[in-house]
Amino acid sequence: MMANKGSKQTSVLEPPLAMLAELTHRCPLQCPYCSNPIALAPRSDELEAWEWADVFGQAASLGVLQVHLSGGEPTARKDLSAIISAANEAGIYTNLITSGVLLTRLRLEEYRGAGLDHVQISFQDSDAANADRIGNYANGHQRKLEAARLVRALGLPLTVNAVVHRQNLDHLPQIIAMAHALDAQRLEIANVQYYGWALKNRELLMPTRDQVEQATTAATAAVEEYRGRMAIDYVVPDYYARRPKRCMDGWGSQYFAVTPRGRVLPCHAAESITGMEFSSVRDRPLEWIWQNDPAFNRFRGTGWMPEPCRSCSFKEKDLGGCRCQAFALTGDAAATDPVCEFSPRHQELTSLLEPGPDEVASNYVYRH
Amino acid sequence: MAKGDHLSLTFRPALADFVRLQHDDARDRWVLQAPERVLVLDESGKAIVDCFDGNTSLGEIIDALVTEYDAPRDVIDHDVRVVVGLLEEKRFLRVEDG
Repeated sequence: MMANKGSKQTSVLEPPLAMLAELTHRCPLQCPYCSNPIALAPRSDELEAWEWADVFGQAASLGVLQVHLSGGEPTARKDLSAIISAANEAGIYTNLITSGVLLTRLRLEEYRGAGLDHVQISFQDSDAANADRIGNYANGHQRKLEAARLVRALGLPLTVNAVVHRQNLDHLPQIIAMAHALDAQRLEIANVQYYGWALKNRELLMPTRDQVEQATTAATAAVEEYRGRMAIDYVVPDYYARRPKRCMDGWGSQYFAVTPRGRVLPCHAAESITGMEFSSVRDRPLEWIWQNDPAFNRFRGTGWMPEPCRSCSFKEKDLGGCRCQAFALTGDAAATDPVCEFSPRHQELTSLLEPGPDEVASNYVYRH
Repeated sequence: MAKGDHLSLTFRPALADFVRLQHDDARDRWVLQAPERVLVLDESGKAIVDCFDGNTSLGEIIDALVTEYDAPRDVIDHDVRVVVGLLEEKRFLRVEDG
């Protein structure tokens, strides 16, 4: 228990529920909306498997129930089985977030033997040529299809993750059908979030209002159509919303991310906020970081809020929106998320929604 | 119609392969884990989920709980249907073939 710094009322600090483990920044794909930072960590800086095992032990004691093993491409690590096994031994539910292009039957059997609970494979499109262009990886789509079938053949549960944007949103009905044909238990349709690499490609990726409306209609209908057969989660593109998303269910509230170097972040995109400093599991116990790190306490609760959030009746509902987005759009991480119609910067945001030139995708700034 | 009213008494619920029933030591409670989801079970929820084995039917589960808790049948029937209906909706249950 601790007082929430800067807040008028004392509140109880809840333990974290889930963590994202970014095992590496290495990845064979080069998606132009990659959520990794612009400055990628080299392999030599990556936490070793024994360090991850220590982190999982600490995380489980702290209350973490689930880990998302991600990257970059987590299967690029040769010691992934040992890492899965360590999380499993700590009693944590393990979810592998992968592009699928490096998966083989042998590797998957190894992961399953190590106690892997669930696999999530990302798809760039339902159309192979467009998908391979978006990921800048020849034959990637075909490999992903094979990987997804392998996951199901080995009896592992599968989530299909589709990141959608202007260049593939029109294919949403086909993407949904593809996920069902692959026997996925769950489909996650996520609109691109515009920080880091995606911000560099915003003009090409930002969907039109028409696209968003059609996609939302298709997704809503599919949720009903597939009820009981495939769960569908649809993350709306918040640039088109009037109120901001309740980002991360609150900064430092339920979740943290650990980068390949071991830095602990309240959100995987938090390093995009320049000037903020984050502690590392190499220097501090996880419990200390969760409870005391100034970066975690900076935006906890509602006490940090400026106007118009401070006196807003929605402040407990959306918690002021997304800090990374506020920083990306205004240069001030403490500003009201400009997605909010009450933000003084909301007009600037809506002006970004004018469609950019309809250029071909070869103009992407690929992640590198 | 309340949640779970559509369920047949012959339905034999079982947790889906990817769902894990686990004690959450840090918060001293039982939870069901699935990708990106943690569902908290209260005492009666836990008692109901404990009956899931894929062989025992909804009717038999209700019978057993009526006896065990010495409770009115309509109360137990309602509780079981709510929990099973919710888990079915969230896709936490194994899908029967055919």
